[in-house]
Amino acid sequence: MKEVVLEVKNLKTHFRTRKGIVKAVDGVSFKVHKGETFALVGESGCGKSVTCMTIMGLIGRKKNEVVEGDIFFKGRNITNISKEERRKLRGKNMSIIFQDPMTSLNPVYTVGTQIAEMPIIHEGKSQSKAKEIAVNMLKKVGIPSPDKRVDEYPHQFSGGMRQRGVIGMSLACNPELLIADEPTTALDVTIQAQILELLRKLKEDTESAIIMITHDLGVVAEVSDSVGVMYAGTLVEKALVKELFKKPLHPYTKGLLKSIPKPGSKERLTIIEGQPPDLHNAPKGCKFYPRCSYAMDKCREEMPKLIEIENGHKAACWLNEVNKNGK
Amino acid sequence: MLKYVVKRILMAIPILIGISVIAFFLIRLVPGDTVTALLGVNYNEEQALILRAKYGLDKPLVVQYFIWLKNVVAGDFGNSFFTKEPVLSAIADRLPVTLQLMFMSFLYSIFIAIPLGTIAAIKRNSAIDYGASFLGLLGVSVPNFWLGTLFILFFSLNLKWFPSGGFISFLEDPVQNLRYMIMPSVALGTAVGAVVMRMTRSSMLEVLGQDYIKMAEAKGVTDRRLIFNHALKNSFIPVVTVLGIQMGYLLGGSVVIEKIFSLPGVGQLSLQAITNRDYALMQGCILLVASGFVIINLLVDIIYAFLNPKIRY
Amino acid sequence: MGEIWYRFRKNKLALFGFSVLLVFIILALAAPIIAPYDPFQMSTGETLQSPNSAHIFGTDQFGRDILSRIIHGTRISFKVGIISVGISLVVGVAMGICAGYFGGWIDIIISRIIDIMFSFPDIFLALVIMAILGTSLTNVMIAIGIVYTPIFARIARGSTLTVKDNAYIEAARSIGVGDLMTIIRHILPNILAPLIVQITLSFGFAIRSEAALSFLGLGVEPDVPSWGIMLNEGKDWMELAWWVSVFPGLAATLAILSFNVLGDGLRDALDPKLKNESE
Repeated sequence: MKEVVLEVKNLKTHFRTRKGIVKAVDGVSFKVHKGETFALVGESGCGKSVTCMTIMGLIGRKKNEVVEGDIFFKGRNITNISKEERRKLRGKNMSIIFQDPMTSLNPVYTVGTQIAEMPIIHEGKSQSKAKEIAVNMLKKVGIPSPDKRVDEYPHQFSGGMRQRGVIGMSLACNPELLIADEPTTALDVTIQAQILELLRKLKEDTESAIIMITHDLGVVAEVSDSVGVMYAGTLVEKALVKELFKKPLHPYTKGLLKSIPKPGSKERLTIIEGQPPDLHNAPKGCKFYPRCSYAMDKCREEMPKLIEIENGHKAACWLNEVNKNGK
Repeated sequence: MLKYVVKRILMAIPILIGISVIAFFLIRLVPGDTVTALLGVNYNEEQALILRAKYGLDKPLVVQYFIWLKNVVAGDFGNSFFTKEPVLSAIADRLPVTLQLMFMSFLYSIFIAIPLGTIAAIKRNSAIDYGASFLGLLGVSVPNFWLGTLFILFFSLNLKWFPSGGFISFLEDPVQNLRYMIMPSVALGTAVGAVVMRMTRSSMLEVLGQDYIKMAEAKGVTDRRLIFNHALKNSFIPVVTVLGIQMGYLLGGSVVIEKIFSLPGVGQLSLQAITNRDYALMQGCILLVASGFVIINLLVDIIYAFLNPKIRY
Repeated sequence: MGEIWYRFRKNKLALFGFSVLLVFIILALAAPIIAPYDPFQMSTGETLQSPNSAHIFGTDQFGRDILSRIIHGTRISFKVGIISVGISLVVGVAMGICAGYFGGWIDIIISRIIDIMFSFPDIFLALVIMAILGTSLTNVMIAIGIVYTPIFARIARGSTLTVKDNAYIEAARSIGVGDLMTIIRHILPNILAPLIVQITLSFGFAIRSEAALSFLGLGVEPDVPSWGIMLNEGKDWMELAWWVSVFPGLAATLAILSFNVLGDGLRDALDPKLKNESE
């Protein structure tokens, strides 16, 4: 097994609001290895973005944001290191790409300046050297005539080009971990495929670990090695991609898989009834219980733990317990 | 960029022509013309006719306008009917005072307003933020002439720190000049500072909520760099637009402030012209003030374009 | 509507402004009853008295009670506010809607007029108009009304342009509703929110402008007890009697401040974009 780049243990991110505590992330654990793409899947509001913002250290700095649990980066516990040390990790060792490339570039600076900023602040590179790096990065992410485009402003780039620029910026210091928060959601379908292809190619070149946040199982199948399915702030299933698609163990995952169209299939698409729970007062037992068609009494009483069912495939559902005992 | 500037200058031309039309015809609406005022109690038809012919006031208005405009373009604004002094030199004499007043008010207001607005936005909902908001509200509400009056009461009559009015040229005695100019500048600049501060705060708040700021944080920039390099330039864009309008306020407000502090500036000159019904002088002042405002706004738009690459390219 | 009121009520500062203005309105309406003295009553034995139990804000150079004059001054200020804002509102909105609704040449001409008017600093333009019209309360209201007309015109034009292309207006026109009817029934209600905010803020502008003009001696007649006139007279007695200059200005500042916070509060309450901004 390759080196573990990131390990998250029992991570909790709670927000104190006027209406009470919102448990946006409530006990999430996973590992990401070098060169691995780990996908975090779930509906919007399930806590996948908050998990990643917490890993980046962008959440947890305000008084109303409470973070518990441990985050290990290359074996080092970074949960409680100083703000300044955390800042130095950001951009240099771990980067993030946001959903909307139209707004994640600063409109008043050239794309080149924004990429060059990374080596300048993290590696103390000179302006001219940093600009060279910027041109190189633009070339790497497939932008034509990069030596010209480097001096252009974001509004002169198309949406897909901007996302390429953002990716180039994120990778300018060769980070060990790249978090991609729905990097293709805001783009046209044809551009989406190009960006995913680019990410896959770059990962092969750089051996970075990638966390891919998405609600699109198609994206998961395309680019990732392993998957974690999140529901209402917790991981409900974790497996290798192939395993998960072949044999989903959690009713929520099953529901998600049934809701995507498969070419050539005559099966009807189904939807998962109901809404994710309000995180102010989530149900006591399994959080999926109110929407689950297999729900039992036990599900209402007690929250199931994420346990290994078979060779590395984990799920948090009492059904598996019943199945196991029934064997 | 050049294309934008040229376009912007061309757009200002019809406005300047409009101003000249207003400056000319508005004054002709004043009841009782200069001749009446000049002759006063000695008024008689015969003399009035002679004088009107002398000043060209017997020609049709439109003709008078074009004659006047031709002269203005050539730099001849006519002579004051009262002092016989050329209008242009009368204005030129007074202009430095008004410009110094505006310049000092402007500096005072932005040097306080921009840092305060920025800090208030960064430390949102803190004591500093509330304090700044309160000062801002007070600043936009206090009439400048009353503020000037309070300054005189307190700092001149009571504490005797500053003279209550008058003027000494900067070239003559810089220290005395500043002593005379500080209170008027603060009285005039406070409202502008308050508006700019409020604008800076709200604009900064908006910028700080943008994705590119989140992105910059994710890039690992220091807090300092985040504010100075990533947020400030963006937050200036709307502030600059407001500054242009506020310069007009400084220009208009200088009339009142110069009166209170007995400063011999263009504002006082305009007031004099208005009370004396001095046509040529009034026209000159109106033309100067309004076109000055148009030119300031032109400059502001060019600075705006410089800050905002979306216009530049 | 309920939601707007709810948001407005949460804004303590705006409520404060609203309450202060209510007090001013009561003072203005009931000035002769509330004011302890006749504002014109001169008293040679009581000139320039500092604040005391009989005259809590003191007396002026003619022995007139300053508090009473301030209370009567409220009437003048609010009258100026109502009439001059009324003029700018009616003229400005008519200009703006015509420009926005009809477009073409009408729009070009009106917009140019607005631009030209905007290129005169407000107090300066008011002074020039006062020079033409001559000093009087009526003329002050007309001058201020003219000066703030372009603001309303610009707002009305902008808002009309944004609502003009909406489907319901197309629909109204396609079923033969006349232009005037369309404007009254469909355009006006939709541009109300920004206008209400501007009206509130303009009251503050109007009160300030009247005070400034009167202070310069180019406003209302000298015998009118306006705050500006009081300040004008006060400046000649500053060495002897600070109270003559301080209290009328305080009243003006308080009134302007109240209109400003009320305007800010209304803007926040009426603009749902900023709805949850403070949370």
